[in-house]
Amino acid sequence: MKSLSEIDTVSKRSSRAAGYSWGIAEEIGKNIRLLEMFSLPGIKNLNDFLNKKKKIKLENLNLITEDNNMDNSQFCPVIAGVNFLDQIKSLEALSEIKFKNIAYPILFLPFVSRASEVVGKRIFLRLDENDFLLNFNNNIISNFSQKKIIKIAENVSIKILANEDSFNDDEWKELYKLSEETFVEENESLKQSGAGAGLTDND
Amino acid sequence: MNISLRDPNVVMKLSRLGSFHQSRLSFLRSFLKEFKDWDYKRDLFELNENGYGTAVFSFKKKDRVYSLICFANELDENERSDRVIATKWDTAFTLFDGVPTKLDIDRLKNEVPKQEIGRLSFKELTLSRANKSVRVFNHVVESLSNGVQPDKELLAKVGYLYRTTAVYGSGKFGLADRFRIKNREEIYGPFRLEMMLVYLVRQFTFDQVNHVAKNRNPKKAVNLDPEICKSLGIGNSTGLGMAPFIVNHPTLLNNWIYAREVSLKKIREIKNVTISESNLFKDCLKKSIKNITSWNTKSEYQIKKIKSLLKDLDQFILFLDSEFDFNQEQPFNKLYEHLEEKCEEECVEYVVSMMMEPYDNIVSPLIKKMSSEEDKYFNIPTERTVFELKTIIENKYSEILKIDFSKKENNLNFWFISKNKEEPRLANRFDENGSDLEQPLAIARDIKKLYEMLSMSKDSSTIAIFLSNNSDLRHVVRRAFIVEKFPYSEIQDNTIGKEIVPIDMLRLKLSFFGALKFDPRSDKWLRICMFQGAPLPEQLKNYDEHWVYN
Repeated sequence: MKSLSEIDTVSKRSSRAAGYSWGIAEEIGKNIRLLEMFSLPGIKNLNDFLNKKKKIKLENLNLITEDNNMDNSQFCPVIAGVNFLDQIKSLEALSEIKFKNIAYPILFLPFVSRASEVVGKRIFLRLDENDFLLNFNNNIISNFSQKKIIKIAENVSIKILANEDSFNDDEWKELYKLSEETFVEENESLKQSGAGAGLTDND
Repeated sequence: MNISLRDPNVVMKLSRLGSFHQSRLSFLRSFLKEFKDWDYKRDLFELNENGYGTAVFSFKKKDRVYSLICFANELDENERSDRVIATKWDTAFTLFDGVPTKLDIDRLKNEVPKQEIGRLSFKELTLSRANKSVRVFNHVVESLSNGVQPDKELLAKVGYLYRTTAVYGSGKFGLADRFRIKNREEIYGPFRLEMMLVYLVRQFTFDQVNHVAKNRNPKKAVNLDPEICKSLGIGNSTGLGMAPFIVNHPTLLNNWIYAREVSLKKIREIKNVTISESNLFKDCLKKSIKNITSWNTKSEYQIKKIKSLLKDLDQFILFLDSEFDFNQEQPFNKLYEHLEEKCEEECVEYVVSMMMEPYDNIVSPLIKKMSSEEDKYFNIPTERTVFELKTIIENKYSEILKIDFSKKENNLNFWFISKNKEEPRLANRFDENGSDLEQPLAIARDIKKLYEMLSMSKDSSTIAIFLSNNSDLRHVVRRAFIVEKFPYSEIQDNTIGKEIVPIDMLRLKLSFFGALKFDPRSDKWLRICMFQGAPLPEQLKNYDEHWVYN
């Protein structure tokens, strides 16, 4: 079994060899390590992508907007990803961000996962029929379980989820009430000797 | 009076970093301190009469066990080489996480001796190999088998029976990634498991030499005197592989230097120094002179440095004994100011290391902060502005910005990874091929280029926008934001210029390891000795922490 350190180093070097700058190659190394740690097919997709990269007409998406669509061509997953991560603070307010045709979208995914950590919000990513819930870069919940290469995602959408409770107020109150049963009722003398007792608070 | 931390523009110059010496902060010393109350055991020792076979040594505490597995093989004289291109060694080692089963040992017997082309697993933590100093090893066997102790003078000249040529860890060749073990308190200091491996290898060399001597002449042979064992360490040949490490781990480098600088600052700030503290400082300093007078090297570069160090130390000790009074406020600060005024960098840094000796209370808490979670600082704060980044560079790289990289001598060399051994190398870009495959280690040059590009950009523009047009500078944008938070994370020098002395970079790292007797064999590799004078495993429970000077 390859260690994550080996995966990082080889991904970085091969990406540099395929023409990315050292700074971008460093990002790819970290991303493939992340994918493999989450049991997603990072090496498989990167290897195929770097092999085919020169044969595909790829567009560099530098400025991310609400709707990112370039007819008849595919976005480079790395450049789109790195710019998504870099620009996440200005994208945070958008309710949904859409992309048409991202090549090898599994390579785009870790940038979005890292963006979730940067903004401190969960991000929902849909790559055609595959859904991913990216939880602050701590874990990924998905219906995508195959170790396969995805060459393109025609419809990609991203929703940055508001930090909201997954339960209602009544459920919380009910549970809180139960938790109170671990508390002990104080008698008067104990109340009088608690922190701050006996002092004027207007001093 | 508060004393400021030393200026990174002074401390992080290569000539200064290349003058660092071991100290209480050094990893081999902090390793011994951490593991002194662990139980040491030789679990297996199946060597034939010539010393070839398998051995296992372990440290154990409660449920945690670390086991060194040694594979000693016969090696033809023609095959013995310390070069990184070697493919066979006298002995190969791995540090195993736990107690190895017979199956583990059988698996590792096929892999560990192959080193870089073998495959390790997450159960193994570090990997190494070592060659005999044949002259010394044979002499010791010969002497012991005849019932006499070896010639101490010869041993003192070399200092070890074996020397390692590489120690690998952190996920190399399938070894365990650091994340698997990073939460173990006993390994909070950097390179602790690498230090454990070297320390246990040292014990293996003594046990092996005794075993071979005994087998040669069972009736007459004696064991190597434990005092002689103590005086021996493990040699190490180190090449350029270490140099990129300190560039590629900026926050780790910062944490090492920062611990040293904070120690110095706190010691200089001590208002009143007790007699026992000043005596301990003076005692260690004077005793340490023997480590310099027994420092053998043929390197003109190092001989010059040793001569200057001895001359400065003689004068400094004279000053200490005849003129200096510790009975004044902040005496160590006065001493430090005296050193900066009168001595070369080599001596200044030597005495700085010595100043730490009486102050375990200051140094020990800092040791636990010398590791780094580097991934935490990987993301670039892209919402910041061009103006902010320019200001950081002006403040943190002021010396670098003065270098003119259009001059050939400032852009003479390039770092690359050799194809045959996957090791870093340095070459002249105007004489050799391959500069198009240059590694991102020309930080000074790239920072200057970044500054020039920023100067042509709109001040209010965000870094996100800047990077979308300048992705070739991304690696140095990341570094500049790191140096903003970590002042000692960057070498403040040109690593590709004509004047570069790469062994300065090795020396920096090796001094933090705790190495002694740096012996440069060229400007690109050197030999050192580790654990010379250190207590033996059986002596660890009650050892003198100032053993380096005894």
